[in-house]
Amino acid sequence: MGELFIGVIARRIGRFAGATAAQISAINKKYATPHIKTTPAVRASLLFLRLYLLALVGLLVYKFVTLVR
Amino acid sequence: MNFWARLFYNWRRVWKALKLYGIIAGPGIIVMVADNDAGGITTYAATGAKFGYSLLWFLILLGPIAFFIQEMTVRLGAVTKRGHAESIFHGFGPFWGWFSLVDLILIDWLTLITEFIGMTAALSIFHVPPLATVLFVILIMGTMIVRGNYWTWEKIALFFCAVNLVYIPCAFIVRPSISSILSNGLIPHIPAGGITNSFFFFLMANIGTTIAPWMVFFQQSAVVDKGIQEKDILWARIDTFLGSMFTVIVAAFCIIVTGTLLRGVDIRDAAEAAVQLMGINKYLGTLLAIGLFDAGLLGAICISLASSWAFGEVFGWAHSLNSRIREAQWFYAFYFFALISAGAVVLIPGAPLVLITLFVQVIAVTLLPASLVFLILMLNNEESMGRYRNNVFQNVANVAIALAIIALSTMYAISTLFPNWLR
Repeated sequence: MGELFIGVIARRIGRFAGATAAQISAINKKYATPHIKTTPAVRASLLFLRLYLLALVGLLVYKFVTLVR
Repeated sequence: MNFWARLFYNWRRVWKALKLYGIIAGPGIIVMVADNDAGGITTYAATGAKFGYSLLWFLILLGPIAFFIQEMTVRLGAVTKRGHAESIFHGFGPFWGWFSLVDLILIDWLTLITEFIGMTAALSIFHVPPLATVLFVILIMGTMIVRGNYWTWEKIALFFCAVNLVYIPCAFIVRPSISSILSNGLIPHIPAGGITNSFFFFLMANIGTTIAPWMVFFQQSAVVDKGIQEKDILWARIDTFLGSMFTVIVAAFCIIVTGTLLRGVDIRDAAEAAVQLMGINKYLGTLLAIGLFDAGLLGAICISLASSWAFGEVFGWAHSLNSRIREAQWFYAFYFFALISAGAVVLIPGAPLVLITLFVQVIAVTLLPASLVFLILMLNNEESMGRYRNNVFQNVANVAIALAIIALSTMYAISTLFPNWLR
């Protein structure tokens, strides 16, 4: 009885995960082409954002490492 | 036309304009008042206790800043008919889209926990157990959306916005010195003691509470859900402007209350301020606690919806408050899941609530710069915005505001991560 129940739950989770993955892939396809006009200002802003996020993640990792130590 | 006919004509014109505003008003006022959430009220209460009226002038400056940023979401939503999450996917592709969506969901959920912390603390003053508070909040928020009607939801939210005005009578009860407020509060100056680390920290905290990532996502989605058109932009701008005035007034009165009675007292949160005020005047403490609960509730209402709207837009689910629960099951399921799970965290014995509160400030700065930069870039996209794109003045103002907010909120987050760096 217990095994049957776990099996049903596992199948449902598997189906849900599969449907979600398919949906994510469809979203990626739908928005694959960015619609913003790529001007130098847009390119510079996106580069700034990438560097900013890298720096911030670096700080978080540093904090985590010092906390663990 | 004689005098009476002209008067009647003008009165009819004004009445018609007011009625039109009444129809369009809502998203701007709600988002701005909800900005004074539990965290915001805590910041204002602590600012008043620490610096008295000395930072009132600075707070007044924050009103126009919030208006400039939020006004852009009105135009973007009304013209493109897309929420902010969908706009980022459409404009910048899946990488930035997923980054923004996942980050928003995480921040919103953590912020929702802080709202529950504020609400449970506020009602614990009246000896209401946390479980009862959490259930009560879920019941209120469920009732607001169960009719499947944006209008009903908005009017109830506006009622809670009106309750936020409770700080105004509080300020009259404490009878502050008007001359002291005018001379010490409204004239820009550095408080006695100069620019200390603590002063700088409070400046950053006040800026941090003024613009939050969820506000950008919330207002744009609300504009779309309400069906605001390009022709309504002027009225929606007025709504946002009035909202920004509203938020500054409430914040200023909150500072006046604690600045008058708790000057020099080191308070950690607004609930503690309410307890302290209860000892001085029980009505005052009661009103402050009600205000804190209302602030947390308004924040929770907007934040949980901002996440559900964003998810619905991207996944293509029905995501309107005009849909009934059976028509938009995933949208409402997400709404309740966020709400119930955040409420449940507060009930866990020994949950690291202080750590969560600090963590929110750090995580928020990973999304804030991205959402501000994307907003400005999209508002400059002539192809989609046409004549509603930013003009030179708006660009100069918005870029300056965005850079200042990014710099200061980043420093605030760093000082939260490394307290010895600044304090």
